Amino acid sequence: MSGGVKINVCMGTGGIAAGGTEVVDAFRAGFEAAGIDASVEKNCLVHQVGCRGFCARDVLVDVTIGGDVTTYQYIKPDMVPRIIEEHVKGGAPIEQWIVGQDYHDFHSRQVKVVLADCGHIDPENIDEYIAADGYKAIAGVLKEMQPAEVIDVVKRSGLRGRGGAGFPTGVKWEFCAANEADRRYIICNADEGDPGAFMDRSVIEGNPHAVIEGMTLGAYAIGSVTGYVYIRAEYPLAVERLKKALADARARGFLGKKIHGSNFDFDIKIKLGAGAFVCGEETALIASIEGERGMPRAKPPFPANKGLWGKPTIINNVETLANLPYIFRKGAEWFSSLGSEKSKGTKVFALTGKIKNTGLTEVPMGMPLREIIYDIGGGIEGGLRFKAVQTGGPSGGCIPEEHIDLPVDYENLAKIGSMMGSGGMVVLDETDCMVNIAKFFLEFTQSESCGKCVPCRIGTKRLLEILTRITEGNGRPGDIELLMELASDVKDASLCGLGMSAPNPVLSTIRYFRHEYEAHINEKRCPSAVCRALITFGIIEKNCTGCGACRRACPVEAIAGEKKKPHVIDQSKCVKCGSCFDVCKFKAVFKE
Amino acid sequence: MDDSDKSKLEAVYQKFAGSDGNVISLLQDMQEVFGYIPEDALYWISDKTNIPVSRFFGVATFYKQFYLKPRGKNIITACCGTACHVKGSHRIIQLLKTELKLVPGEFTTTDGMFTLDSVACVGACSIAPVVIVNDNVHGKMTPDKMSKELKSGNWRGMSTGDER
Repeated sequence: MSGGVKINVCMGTGGIAAGGTEVVDAFRAGFEAAGIDASVEKNCLVHQVGCRGFCARDVLVDVTIGGDVTTYQYIKPDMVPRIIEEHVKGGAPIEQWIVGQDYHDFHSRQVKVVLADCGHIDPENIDEYIAADGYKAIAGVLKEMQPAEVIDVVKRSGLRGRGGAGFPTGVKWEFCAANEADRRYIICNADEGDPGAFMDRSVIEGNPHAVIEGMTLGAYAIGSVTGYVYIRAEYPLAVERLKKALADARARGFLGKKIHGSNFDFDIKIKLGAGAFVCGEETALIASIEGERGMPRAKPPFPANKGLWGKPTIINNVETLANLPYIFRKGAEWFSSLGSEKSKGTKVFALTGKIKNTGLTEVPMGMPLREIIYDIGGGIEGGLRFKAVQTGGPSGGCIPEEHIDLPVDYENLAKIGSMMGSGGMVVLDETDCMVNIAKFFLEFTQSESCGKCVPCRIGTKRLLEILTRITEGNGRPGDIELLMELASDVKDASLCGLGMSAPNPVLSTIRYFRHEYEAHINEKRCPSAVCRALITFGIIEKNCTGCGACRRACPVEAIAGEKKKPHVIDQSKCVKCGSCFDVCKFKAVFKE
Repeated sequence: MDDSDKSKLEAVYQKFAGSDGNVISLLQDMQEVFGYIPEDALYWISDKTNIPVSRFFGVATFYKQFYLKPRGKNIITACCGTACHVKGSHRIIQLLKTELKLVPGEFTTTDGMFTLDSVACVGACSIAPVVIVNDNVHGKMTPDKMSKELKSGNWRGMSTGDER
């Protein structure tokens, strides 16, 4: 055994849920029990890395021996002894557990900037970030650049806000720096509220120091001595790692007084979000940090002029900030060479839903959707047909198959009625009902509406009521037109981004899937067999073997039948929960 | 409220009075002490600070983090994010309500053992649908799997004793 042994275990939220902690423990115990002598033990490093993106295959384990990396997938603690015995001691990797070609395909098409170090370095060890050139950018900038030059680099890089709207980061900084003020603030918005998006969480869990370095660069550019990270309390692991990273950075003199030996002071405080989606909106977020109800106010004045406690304030999203150290290390020109004409750099997407390779993926802006979904994502699960991809969360829209060759950037997504948002991509297949999806998002935005302005408070409620009656089979002729009219009013008249974008899921599903709305309203039929009030379950006699699985699964005893004889469903008792459909192994239960 | 509650509140108040008067931080401290926000405590603090109680209620009811009712020993959180939704989270929630015998409109069991919570997204979409038992994340849940775990009584993360 030469050159040292290194074990990497994927320990993001996904990895831990799949049993990552137990796998690490098993390696530690295994090495001890195997009596691997002290010199070897010293080289054996079991360490945790953040999310590497391919969460569908967790727990992922890298075994590196003398520089050769072998990656195993779906590792459970009881598999560890064999890996130690045959691979680490015996030198023979266990072929059947090694990741396949698809694992490498998933990674080979990606271009990693923000995630470059995630999954390679230990997020709880500042030395590993430093060894990967971390904190070099800020140290160099403090020595050699004036704040205005920093802003100029960011402007030239073409970096735009990754939180949703895509405002040019350098321009925003310039607005803020131009104000006369005794204090300025920089806030990192880590209140990732979009359901279906988890890139910010993964970046903080996987590489918290990059966010700290990015914030410090921004603070220096605008002249701020205090920064805040506003982070969701639902992300305990991210909060814990961030706290540790902040303490470690302080201990090294990277935060606090005269950082990196310069004359610049900067420190960062953590503010835990108390749970309100609307706090993703800048002015609401500021109100929340101030301890009040997170309600937006009219803009202007913009936070860059009048923000936290009335002082000029910059709010940047996690991914935006995590790009900065890499831009300063490699140069604005390098960054702007990536991506499309108006959208530079890369974007991290959270690929989820009915897709084979769920996980995080980072691709250059302008990559066609088809490549992201099929070449990286591996296509649709279970051989079903692609129906749509939902981007931008509750503020975005559904993109149908006809636009699947669209290059993904801010402009293109807006053009077809969706938006980039924070980068969630939820893939939907033929078994998903688009009216139901629209209703799902409206339920969310309606309950998250802060209630300050009437169009959003009442408009989203009425939209939801109409959608609910359509899915319950009580849709009326003219409902589609009513939805469209109301949706456009809510968009036009709402105070903040939440209301202005809340109708998008309704409008985009009507635009591309109007026939599904019509089927619900006119024929009282749900074409995808999702809306409970409009479907019935039944048993196909010739397929039924009488195994009784459905009878046992039924929560309301609506299924009866003798052993080995076809069963029947009593429609008067059936609550349409779908349990029988799921448990049947013989395709004998149908829904229509 | 008894005297021990009052002395705990006094400490919370002192911290609030000595800081920049952040209402969210005050409520977070209060919830840390009591496990929820008792109404009495809000009136007490309102008297003490001479701030209208409506301001405290306003903030406490605005954010999902604050609970105005006591919580169960075990918190089961079902994720209702988009990915979980398309993978069937509504059925898991339905089943939890039935199995825990929750009274409609209530989210804590009458014996105080369980509270059912839902959250917009926990950011573990790749293992959807997700259920969290106390702080333990369980991915790829099915109604069947969950029903078995609940009946077994020793679901990872679940507590049966009084330690919480």
